[in-house]
Amino acid sequence: MSRHTLSVLVEDKPGVLARVASLFSRRGFNIESLAVGPTEVPEVSRMTIVVNVEGAILEQVTKQLNKLINVLKIVELDADASVQREIMLVKVKADLESRSHILETVQLFRAKVVDVATDAVTIEATGAHDKLDAFLRVLEPFGIKELVKSGLVAVGRGPRSITDRSVRSLDRTA
Amino acid sequence: MSEQITGAQSLVHSLEAAGVTDVFGIPGGAILPLYDPLFDSSIRHILVRHEQAGGHAAEGYAAASGRVGVCLATSGPGATNLVTPIADAHMDSVPMVAITGQVPSSSIGTDAFQEADIRGITMPITKHNYLVTNADDIPRAIAEAFYLASSGRPGPVLVDVSKDALQALTTFDWPTSVSLPGYHPVTKPHSKQIREAAKMILASKQPVLYVGGGTIRANASESLRQLADITGIPVVTTLMARGVFPDSHPQNLGMPGMHGTVAAVGALQKSDLLITLGARFDDRVTGKLSTFAPNAAVIHADIDPAEIGKNRVADIPIVGDLAEIIPELVAAIKVEQASGAVGEYEGWWAQLNRLRTTYPLGYDLPDDGTLSPQYVIERLGDISGPDSIYAAGVGQHQMWAAQFVKYEKPRTWLNSGGLGTMGYSVPAAMGAKVAMPDTTVWAIDGDGCFQMTNQELATCTINEIPIKVALINNSSLGMVRQWQTLFYNSRYSNTDLHSHRFPDFVKLAEAYGCYGLQCDSAEQVDATIEKALGMNDAPVVIDFIVHRDAMVWPMVAAGASNDELMVARSMAPEWGSDD
Repeated sequence: MSRHTLSVLVEDKPGVLARVASLFSRRGFNIESLAVGPTEVPEVSRMTIVVNVEGAILEQVTKQLNKLINVLKIVELDADASVQREIMLVKVKADLESRSHILETVQLFRAKVVDVATDAVTIEATGAHDKLDAFLRVLEPFGIKELVKSGLVAVGRGPRSITDRSVRSLDRTA
Repeated sequence: MSEQITGAQSLVHSLEAAGVTDVFGIPGGAILPLYDPLFDSSIRHILVRHEQAGGHAAEGYAAASGRVGVCLATSGPGATNLVTPIADAHMDSVPMVAITGQVPSSSIGTDAFQEADIRGITMPITKHNYLVTNADDIPRAIAEAFYLASSGRPGPVLVDVSKDALQALTTFDWPTSVSLPGYHPVTKPHSKQIREAAKMILASKQPVLYVGGGTIRANASESLRQLADITGIPVVTTLMARGVFPDSHPQNLGMPGMHGTVAAVGALQKSDLLITLGARFDDRVTGKLSTFAPNAAVIHADIDPAEIGKNRVADIPIVGDLAEIIPELVAAIKVEQASGAVGEYEGWWAQLNRLRTTYPLGYDLPDDGTLSPQYVIERLGDISGPDSIYAAGVGQHQMWAAQFVKYEKPRTWLNSGGLGTMGYSVPAAMGAKVAMPDTTVWAIDGDGCFQMTNQELATCTINEIPIKVALINNSSLGMVRQWQTLFYNSRYSNTDLHSHRFPDFVKLAEAYGCYGLQCDSAEQVDATIEKALGMNDAPVVIDFIVHRDAMVWPMVAAGASNDELMVARSMAPEWGSDD
């Protein structure tokens, strides 16, 4: 089993998220994270799906996704050849004694404090999966009161775009 | 300026523009606006008695004719009653369009009367589906639905239309082309793969053409015949492919799988090359997957890339339309043959012929003089012949109908292969008869299945759809009983239907305006079938009272390896050596 990041371009139509989610559950594929949002092409949304599967299953995931009529294109983004980011908001216990330690840690991980209360701080951190995991491990001893993470988003390195002409042409036909 | 019409009128125009001539359905509140213009349309609407039957009728119509089958239902329970036939069509790749009414868009999500999220419910069992809430979108949705249902790997498409969209004013504008940017089925195979496949076929020593239902959907039976003829390679036809290759052809080893012939199962197990055409390595064919055809390389040709490598790794994958793949394969093999490469299969055929002659399909007649179900089905096939259509339910009678009727033509054998839907037979036969009115259509049904959908006899009588039902009445849920005999110490928990006593099927047939015949002795079988063949002004039901302990053989137990095939209880075949 290994982690794979799939960028899935889909038509922005009602129900498309349900179709993708339903496909994963029906075929017994496990989604580690899923993020969806608009792209530079108005009719096209982009899902970034992280799955933890072996190679043969990944091929099935891709082929089954491709069978969905609203799926336009699937690209697997290699971790080395792409920028991959998650965002995390974490509320940590912070009394007078621990606060300065926490702020130091925040500096070290190039995160930032976005809210301060008398006995807690809320930290915003962005980064790759492993970096956020490492940051969380360091914060854990202070006492984590609340944690929320986005799904991973990713984009390939270099000048090329996966939203190629065939997808952009949607713009004109629509 | 185009004329202002209602969404419902636009929907009827759309169906007409899509070439629809027959639909099966039941009206209700949400779809009522559609039924008003439908009343004036040239489209024949057949009012069924249950939506499930409307769905199976659309399937039978499509499977027999190759045209898209259409069924209609209202919202809520009407739509949910279509779930079984939609799932059935999805499993067996049947081109079908289901149109359902939906509550008004302002009420969607409020748990309104007769509201069900049928688009959500059918997402995993349709090729695609639509919820239309704007009347202007109706023609495009219908055009896309028919295109999707019938192209690529065929399948069911559902179009759910809200009542307000049916009532709103719109203009009718039939699209000249459909734009589906995420849908590009590959039909033309890769020529390099074809050439490699041709070489591999001629180099193999023990090849088998493993032929599935995709060859029927692709109308590829003629080219398949050529492929078999020029290569001399043995052919096995799966449950879904019965008829695509003539049973009378000397290279046809019959059906593989759980109840396949010894020769067909043995051929796959011992093969060094499976030439897989429109088949999907279903568990009922492979048995325990890890021991299936252990020495075989695999050429896998299918229109659906997701089938390739799903259950079995393919050495040569070929994605495309079998109607293009097989002729190209034939041409490539001819080129190879012209340059001297000729497949040598004498030793292979000697092995297979020994299996075929030692273990032909057969059955024992009951000791007590009661009627053998296999005998009834065999005689029915012989007398009614290969030009008739046979639609089976699910269970023992289905397997016997697959084994003992001799099929010569595609689209003459209809059954629920993937989903295994009891109750398929009568409505599917009805749909087939509507599509092929000049063909004799038999429903070969069991007494369990028949009691799930026999209300459609009323539809058949009233709409002059004279199907013929051969009821193989063993008073039991026979296949389940067989498993209880073999695996549950003959403890017959809830499989006795008492249908030798109730209902009186002859009276039931007559109550529905059909002819009702009964037969309980071998001497009467031929005469009864011939009598039924002469009755064409109304449907006929023959209640064949048969022996209840007959079993389907050969058999591979569920989950067992095909190597453990039994030709009868506790009787394994002698497979013989590999040389």
